[in-house]
Amino acid sequence: MKIGTPKETFANEARVAMTPDSAAQLQKLGHTCVIETGAGALSGFADAAYKAAGVEVVKTAAALFKAADVVAKVRPPSEAEVKRLRDGQTLISFFNPAGNKDLMEAAANKGATVIAMDMVPRISRAQKMDALSSMANIAGYRAVIEAGNNFGRFFTGQITAAGKVPPAKVLVVGAGVAGLAAIGTSTSLGAITYAFDVRPEVAEQVESMGAEFVYLDFEEEQADGSASGGYASVSSPEFREAQLAKFRELAPDIDIVITTALIPNREAPELWTEDMVKAMKPGSVIVDLAAEKGGNCKLTVMDEKIVTDNGVTIIGYTDFPSRMGAQASTLYSTNIRHMLTDLTPKKDGVINHNMEDDVIRGSTITHAKEVTFPPPPPKVAAIAAAPKKAPVKELTPAEKRANEVTAFKAQTKSQVTLLAIGGALLLLVGLVAPASFMQHFIVFVLAVFVGFQVIWGVAHSLHTPLMAVTNAISSIIILGALMQIGSASFLVILLAAVSIFMCGINIFGGFLVTRRMLAMFQKS
Amino acid sequence: MDFGFTTATYVVAAILFILSLGGLSGQESAKRAVWYGIVGMALAVAATLIGPGAGYWLLSIILIAGGGVIGYQLATKVKMTQMPELVAAMHSLVGLAAVFVGFIAHFEIGRVAGYLAEGNDPYALGTFAALIAKKTAVEINILRVEVFLGIFIGAVTFTGSVIAYGKLAGRVDSAAKKLPGGHMLNAGAAALSVICLIWYFNTGGFFPLFLMTLAALFIGYHLITGIGGADMPVVVSMLNSYSGWAAAAIGFSLGNDLLIVVGALVGSSGAILSYIMCKAMNRSFVSVILGGFGGPAGEQMAVEGEQIAIEADGVAAALNEADSVIIIPGYGMAVAQAQQGVAELVRKLRAQGKNVRFAIHPVAGRLPGHMNVLLAEAKVPYDIVMEMDEINDDFPSTDVAIVIGSNDIVNPAAQDDPNSPIAGMPVLECWKAKTVFVSKRGQGTGYSGIENPLFFKDNTRMFYGDAKASLDKLIPLID
Repeated sequence: MKIGTPKETFANEARVAMTPDSAAQLQKLGHTCVIETGAGALSGFADAAYKAAGVEVVKTAAALFKAADVVAKVRPPSEAEVKRLRDGQTLISFFNPAGNKDLMEAAANKGATVIAMDMVPRISRAQKMDALSSMANIAGYRAVIEAGNNFGRFFTGQITAAGKVPPAKVLVVGAGVAGLAAIGTSTSLGAITYAFDVRPEVAEQVESMGAEFVYLDFEEEQADGSASGGYASVSSPEFREAQLAKFRELAPDIDIVITTALIPNREAPELWTEDMVKAMKPGSVIVDLAAEKGGNCKLTVMDEKIVTDNGVTIIGYTDFPSRMGAQASTLYSTNIRHMLTDLTPKKDGVINHNMEDDVIRGSTITHAKEVTFPPPPPKVAAIAAAPKKAPVKELTPAEKRANEVTAFKAQTKSQVTLLAIGGALLLLVGLVAPASFMQHFIVFVLAVFVGFQVIWGVAHSLHTPLMAVTNAISSIIILGALMQIGSASFLVILLAAVSIFMCGINIFGGFLVTRRMLAMFQKS
Repeated sequence: MDFGFTTATYVVAAILFILSLGGLSGQESAKRAVWYGIVGMALAVAATLIGPGAGYWLLSIILIAGGGVIGYQLATKVKMTQMPELVAAMHSLVGLAAVFVGFIAHFEIGRVAGYLAEGNDPYALGTFAALIAKKTAVEINILRVEVFLGIFIGAVTFTGSVIAYGKLAGRVDSAAKKLPGGHMLNAGAAALSVICLIWYFNTGGFFPLFLMTLAALFIGYHLITGIGGADMPVVVSMLNSYSGWAAAAIGFSLGNDLLIVVGALVGSSGAILSYIMCKAMNRSFVSVILGGFGGPAGEQMAVEGEQIAIEADGVAAALNEADSVIIIPGYGMAVAQAQQGVAELVRKLRAQGKNVRFAIHPVAGRLPGHMNVLLAEAKVPYDIVMEMDEINDDFPSTDVAIVIGSNDIVNPAAQDDPNSPIAGMPVLECWKAKTVFVSKRGQGTGYSGIENPLFFKDNTRMFYGDAKASLDKLIPLID
């Protein structure tokens, strides 16, 4: 099959769905590749590079649509592009099928199969073709860079000869893929980073990226994100109030806010209200990654950067991935390549559109002249439901102290009891046993006591040598045999001789092997 | 030489032994400590040889030297992966020696009684006999109990160690097995021993002693047969402890304080090791000794997801990218003899300036500290080999965790699933690392037969194949 990629027609779109690298990989699947001239130019991939990778370069989009059996692109197709589709052709691109019904029906009428990259189900197996995640990752990174570009100070705190620089404080709202990428970028630039998400189970992920999770004083059990395939769902009004109150409290301190909160198929929730913007210091920056869906801040203007009266910059760009064309194209073309790998199971250049496959079925929106959107729910649940964990209560200092006192008391009590019992037993033995026995018994008890004290100090890593050495010294039983070998009885001499012999093995074997082992332990 | 000198030497020897054990608290002081032990033992033997009671000292020296040659051969030839077997085998020797010395003491008691009855001078028989001759009736009875106990513990240690050796060396099936009748047989044998004790106490005859020895040999055999392979760390430490108590009991019967002191030291050392091992498995000592894991306490959590396999190039790529790596070795590494490969991998990674460390679970392997010795043999510096408590908090900031041949000790079900048979057991939280690679032969479950949810986690990749072969494939790919 021939895989073709046209130049993106959307204004200022820098991305391209095929790179020379991905073309080389596609050819390994048995496909041939074709590209429209200049398609990769904005991402830094010249026609010559494509030619070198064995890709045919055609002059016009029309010629490309004619030549290719599979058209792979980035943005949803324009009406003109849909008109160019023909029966049996496959189109792979973002599509937003819920908002583009007319185009979808037009494509279906043409008989073209359309695979929407934004419909790839969120299951583990499909992660490699999850273009939404790979683009969100870039958006999160770029959001921080863009914020830094408009922020007049350092991210990291410094103490220099020219004075002290406080670190920037960054708040990331919504810890999805984009949010986590933003957190990672922000922490690695040295900013103090806070993050919030309505799904409490992501707190651990947030903390693993080095940010501090903002907890609310709120009792209600949050809806587990795993119920909705890992996406956030709408929260209750009470929860929203608690959340806004928390943000209001934080706003005067925060230098940079990055909002990424989106709920599937809904307008973006308003999380950063006008009064919060007013409370922020001049020079602060807000990057609203939800601008396309109306913005998490109502002041956001889509695709524009504005400065409010109190000097807060609000960035509402929606083309962050495109602003990093080379990176975005590399990742997106790899997503496309993985999709085609799944479509070409035999690696023979023949596409097998298997509608039984969860991933392919889920992302196919038109097939064989029919609209196949929305897909049935996938057979595999996206994410295993997280088990409910009993909350660990943070103890107050007073409670801790009380716990320590009780622990100490319990310890004292058990120690005293043990001592009392041990002492009583000892006295009891002393009552009946003769003095000669007691002499040895005292030695025994003291030796056990010393043994316990000493052995606790032995390093864990030396337990094997410890066993070998105790083995060697427990052969001290040889003394018993040595003391008695002088007997007149033959049987006694024989038994004693055998014992001495065995103990000899043990003493030498035990000590030597211990030495051998210890010699191996080396410091770096 | 008179008796005072021998006693003085014993005091010095006892102090040296204590220092020798205490010195094992650190790797460097341990190298000195082992010499204390050697000197202490040499002093004790020399003092006994020249002291009262000994005879045939030339024969004794030849026998010790002969044993020494064999011991030397064993100690220099043994592979570090075979340490558990060697330790178990040596325990059996101590056990058997304790039985023999106990029998000797019994015969001496009898002979002294005979001599006294004939009105002869018991001092002609040697100091031990002289000691017995001075004893009152009560003291003789106590002596009998001591002899009895020494033989009993020695016999249990002997057969127990032989079976443990067989299991560890793979000559006996390592699965937990019991004769029909189970613990009732053990209880029966123990009851028989108690009857023999009373019998022996009253008559002083040889037959009850002999009968008890047989019963004790059976207990040792049957007890250890019923314990599975992965519980061997506890078993070996327990036998270590027994061999010490046997020496102490014999020390009582011979009236020898050095034997008592050393026996008590060894006994308490083994007991502490057993305690540490049991704690690391979150199981009571009794449940380990009585054998086998209990059944699940309820419905276990179903494991969802799939095991995702990965090839050497994928692992290599991740390792080349990673800054921090933690390796978790287990018994599988010892079985595959993969420690050299692991060490080679670590050397290469460390040469690139990566932070590579090992996380050792207390019960990894078949002997307490088994993994440490294997890694030391492969010349892994000991300061990058960490205990569980030292390293468990570092997993979230680790890029790659590699699990080589361990299973239950990295099972998240121990924390997540209250119904799991290993619930509450402390485990290495390797799943908190960004990526986990598991080197494993196949898809089977571990010793406990529990499914391991770690293998199904999103950030886990299964690197199937024999650990050694896998590493051989992987190492050339690290640049």
